Amino acid sequence: MALQSLDIKARSATTTPPPDVRARGAVPVAKLIDISKCIGCKACQVACMEWNDLRDEVGTNAGTYDNPRDLTAQSWTVMRFSEVEVEQDRLEWLIRKDGCMHCADPGCLKACPAPGAIVQYANGIVDFHEEHCIGCGYCITGCPFNIPRISQKDSKAYKCTLCSDRVAIGLEPACIKTCPTGALVFGTKDDMVLHAEGRIADLKERGYSHAALYDPKGVGGTHVMYVLQHGDKPELYANLPRDPSISPLVSLWKGVTKPLMSFGLGLAVFAGFFHYVTAGPKEVEEEEKTD
Amino acid sequence: MSKPVQRYTARERSNHWIVAIAFVLAGLSGLALFHPAFFFLTNLFGGGPWTRILHPFIGVVLFLFFMAMAARFWRFNHFTAADRQWMARIGDVIRNRDRGLPEIGKYNAGQKYLFWTMVVSIPLLLLSGIVVWQPWFAPYFPIWLLRIAVVVHALAAWIMILGIIVHVYAAIWVKGSVRAMTRGTVSEAWAKHHHRAWYRQMTGK
Repeated sequence: MALQSLDIKARSATTTPPPDVRARGAVPVAKLIDISKCIGCKACQVACMEWNDLRDEVGTNAGTYDNPRDLTAQSWTVMRFSEVEVEQDRLEWLIRKDGCMHCADPGCLKACPAPGAIVQYANGIVDFHEEHCIGCGYCITGCPFNIPRISQKDSKAYKCTLCSDRVAIGLEPACIKTCPTGALVFGTKDDMVLHAEGRIADLKERGYSHAALYDPKGVGGTHVMYVLQHGDKPELYANLPRDPSISPLVSLWKGVTKPLMSFGLGLAVFAGFFHYVTAGPKEVEEEEKTD
Repeated sequence: MSKPVQRYTARERSNHWIVAIAFVLAGLSGLALFHPAFFFLTNLFGGGPWTRILHPFIGVVLFLFFMAMAARFWRFNHFTAADRQWMARIGDVIRNRDRGLPEIGKYNAGQKYLFWTMVVSIPLLLLSGIVVWQPWFAPYFPIWLLRIAVVVHALAAWIMILGIIVHVYAAIWVKGSVRAMTRGTVSEAWAKHHHRAWYRQMTGK
């Protein structure tokens, strides 16, 4: 176990119970991203680089503030800037900190074929253990948010860990610690939902009548949540999916079908064996040999 | 002892066994990533990452040599009226009641079904495999296509493995068949009994 102080709730490609003995269990945690408070300073990106020792390549300017332009194996969180006119002549600059959502029902973990390469801690954090990763990219197929990235350098998948190493010893994630406006807060999931309710009430008072918490039920809720000013239009925020869920194709591929198909293969072998010992081999009859 | 009948040339046999070896390797490395119950098979290939690296290359070898083999055997695999009559009596064939079966050519209907199953599934495996091939090709395809490709790949592989289980069992079951692919010949009696139309064509009898 990479983090011995954290219980594991789910482990990729494992059909027996994961290590889960601690009596007190764990309290589900969550990061709350209040988009209405974000000023796009990217301090969280820098803190993430610093704590996790990541240095992405210096890219090119694409005419927007998005820098780097996309998540990579070296950039686990990225600010996505959207200029929108929700009402005529009223420009809004929506800045969404993108990264792993830490789904309660993680599609990456479901899709992963390597035992223990992806774990979900009892506190809800979904973590990649790269030493077990085989580089197949199935997690990319499973993720409803397009988050995991395979490194060009070592062919392992990387993404935000929600600073599981910090959380395990009672610290908040690096991005939370550094946020200068309080747009990022961290705590138990219950507390974060409560905190969001206060923020949403405040936003509604200020005229954002559709302000809402983004905690999509299609993936069992997430351990990274957003406060959206326009909760009725999540797509405005750099195409945040309205109702994300694990693709039915992934469920078909990784669900009950594979044990059944494996059983089918075994059955075919047994059917052959028992056919041989009952019906017997097909031998050429004697009279044909002489005629 | 009657003279054996030539069924496969040395080139045909080599081609078949390259396909067979590639199939076993691709099958074992593929099953390793198919379900956790088979993950231990990655040990045969030097661990998880090596299994992931080698599997697609083995698959490409399988595809190339299978296509060469399919081209060789294509013309013997068209269905005929005799095949349909033979298929109607498949129950008797399975129960070893072969008396009065129609005269059939080089391949029976079961063998032909296997042939066409492979002709469809192996190119499907290649195409879907290229789409999910990390790290070379997968990054160039959209995620929705990856999701379709993994399902197509698993399904086509499953059908193919089932087909090969039947193929291998049939070779064990029908005595005198294996030597066709190991030594190239079958006995006259075998040829007469199982593929009489082909036997007539080969011997002029």
